[in-house]
Amino acid sequence: MASTPTVADIGSDYNRRYGFHDPEEYFMRTPKGLSHEVVEAISLLKKEPEWMRVFRHKALDIFLAKPMPTWGDTERLSSIDFDDITYYVRATEKQEKSWEDVPENVKRTFDRLGIPEAERKFLAGVSAQYESEVVYHSVKEELTKQGVIFLDMDSGLREHEEIVRRYFGTVIPSADNKFAALNSAVWSGGSFIYVPKNTEVAIPLQAYFRINAERMGQFERTLIIADEGAKVHYIEGCTAPVYSSSSLHSAVVELIAMKGARIRYTTIQNWSNNIFNLVTKRAVANEDAVVEWVDGNIGSGLTMKYPAVILKGERAHGEVLSIAFAGPGQHQDAGAKMIHLAPHTTSKITSKSISKGTGRSSYRGLVKIRNGAHGCKTSVQCDALLIGDAARTDTYPTMEIDEDQVSVEHEARVSKIGDEQLFYLRSRGLKDDQARLMIVNGFIEPFVKELPMEYAVELNRLIELEMEGSVG
Amino acid sequence: MNENARPVFSCNGVHVRIGEKEVVKGVDLAVLPGEVHAIMGPNGSGKSTLANSLMGHPAYALTGTVELGGEDVTALPPDEKARRGMFLAFQYPVAVPGVTVASFLRAAVSAVRGADVPVREFRKELLARMEDLEMDPGFAGRYLNDGFSGGEKKRVEILQLLMLKPRFALLDETDSGLDIDALKVVAKGINAAASNDTGMLLVTHYQRLLNYVHPHVVHVFMDGRIVRSGGPELALELEERGYDWLEPAAVGGV
Ligand SMILES: Nc1ncnc2c1ncn2[C@@H]1O[C@H](COP(=O)(O)OP(=O)(O)OP(=O)(O)O)[C@@H](O)[C@H]1O
Ligand SMILES: [Mg+2]
Repeated sequence: MASTPTVADIGSDYNRRYGFHDPEEYFMRTPKGLSHEVVEAISLLKKEPEWMRVFRHKALDIFLAKPMPTWGDTERLSSIDFDDITYYVRATEKQEKSWEDVPENVKRTFDRLGIPEAERKFLAGVSAQYESEVVYHSVKEELTKQGVIFLDMDSGLREHEEIVRRYFGTVIPSADNKFAALNSAVWSGGSFIYVPKNTEVAIPLQAYFRINAERMGQFERTLIIADEGAKVHYIEGCTAPVYSSSSLHSAVVELIAMKGARIRYTTIQNWSNNIFNLVTKRAVANEDAVVEWVDGNIGSGLTMKYPAVILKGERAHGEVLSIAFAGPGQHQDAGAKMIHLAPHTTSKITSKSISKGTGRSSYRGLVKIRNGAHGCKTSVQCDALLIGDAARTDTYPTMEIDEDQVSVEHEARVSKIGDEQLFYLRSRGLKDDQARLMIVNGFIEPFVKELPMEYAVELNRLIELEMEGSVG
Repeated sequence: MNENARPVFSCNGVHVRIGEKEVVKGVDLAVLPGEVHAIMGPNGSGKSTLANSLMGHPAYALTGTVELGGEDVTALPPDEKARRGMFLAFQYPVAVPGVTVASFLRAAVSAVRGADVPVREFRKELLARMEDLEMDPGFAGRYLNDGFSGGEKKRVEILQLLMLKPRFALLDETDSGLDIDALKVVAKGINAAASNDTGMLLVTHYQRLLNYVHPHVVHVFMDGRIVRSGGPELALELEERGYDWLEPAAVGGV
């Protein structure tokens, strides 16, 4: 990608060229819209090293040059107004919103899920900080002893620049897609994790331990590196609805599993319905490594998310287990990608979706097996459950198999809640809605049982609310 | 059972249509508490249709009256009938993937008893009933009817019968497809329910079951009607002679 003159000039005195008169004030919140000026402001404010500054500017050029995707829900995508978005707001600035501004339906859901007061304010974007201090501190001590690094991405860059520089943007280059480019230009927050060789992190690391507005920001950037033989489970999100008045969430998550390492990345997301959730997630699995994406998407207006694993070393294994719940007016366009580059690599994709009312869910997947990657195995299973006559589901599976000695399985099923199933359960005393909920909970059970207990309980509770149609 | 007991279940003038077709053409029945009635009839004669529609299957249009414990329940939905103490063991139990036998049964027992049963108490009771039915405790954690063999499904239906303790149960071919050991176990369950005063209507094709369960009344069901009722000896006669001698034409429309 050729640099524009602007990028070629970066490193000269930006401040003089663009003339910020009152940088302090300016830096609290960038003006709406996207420009090199805004990107420069973000980088300056964060006091980033030169290479990151250049990285951001180059990414912006890529973003500006790339057309919008021509596939997926293009109609909805075209309604994003990039000029009407504030790309960077300092954490402390987020407190300006008051509890009164939070929509009633979101408040009601907090109530019904029993979310504690302090947390509600954070989730609703009213308060900028929420730390469950006690839990986090004991966890932190243990991690430090093991040599595990667990920081927000900005601190990671400051404190471990060499590691970040080596890996940042290597799994998902800025030019990967328009939204990855956008994130690369304006990223803020996210997590940085490094697990040393042969180290096993015993408890799941949760973004939740040290959650703050930046981390939960619109353009998070996460990088996780599990060194040889290391093992880590990371969990992001929560089942409570996250309300944000800004409409675009575009994160980038890069995972690197070295030889024999294991990474599991669990996401439960329940964005409010005004949000576009356009996320790029990709992992590289080296020899004998295992990477698992466990991905649950409940809220948002439009989600486009296809966690990927590049199976780069022999015998590496990749797995994606996902559920999507598309309520009325929502579109969940989710799936997975498995790229088999080395022999004897294996992958498994299990995608479950529920569409209710006018909800729509799409499975979009790619399995690619490179010529010479013999002895590979892959299986793809898509199950869609439709509730109501207006609900919709589609599958767009793509298989690019350039090798003969492989095993490929693909199965797609669409079902409705069957009359015979309902009659059976009702003949045992269960009311109609109770019976339907039981069938839906059974449908997502293979996903739920992979979650830690508290998340499983919350998710079931949330599905219950969604089934009542009482959640906005 | 005594002579003055009132029926726990009765139906009068029951007709059932599926679409335009009349499948059940006028059935009257009265079952006393603890009484076992067997209903035997050829394939396609409408036995399952009768059982499903009595339970309130929404696809069947039933006319006539259905009473449970002296109350008219004709128009009630199946869950309401169940909560009032009616039960149907299905000829073809449906699988509900992802829902364990234990969690399903706990929800059902709570619904029918009208109060949440504490987990521990429930587990104890469930395991005891499973032991009665010689079932591996592992079944409690399996998904309901999902991948169960024919015989396993029937055992789980009887397990539900014993856990839900209905006042009246319809058992649709719960003896079909069972090996001899399973048949004995199922019969044991039916007898246990009867001794708890559950009235029962067993749909069956085989005299075999009746060696272990002794029905008070046997009905012969053909072409949507009960064409003859009698004692246990009627079942033996059917076993020997088949149904031909009872063709509605032959009996002159009983
Ligand atoms: N949903 C339906 N739609 C159309 N026809 C039906 C339906 N259910 C039952 N039938 C028809 O009604 C008749 C009675 O069926 P039913 O299942 O009640 O018979 P059965 O006596 O239980 O037979 P079996 O001994 O084989 O179980 C059959 O001709 C059957 O094909
Ligand atoms: Mg039948």
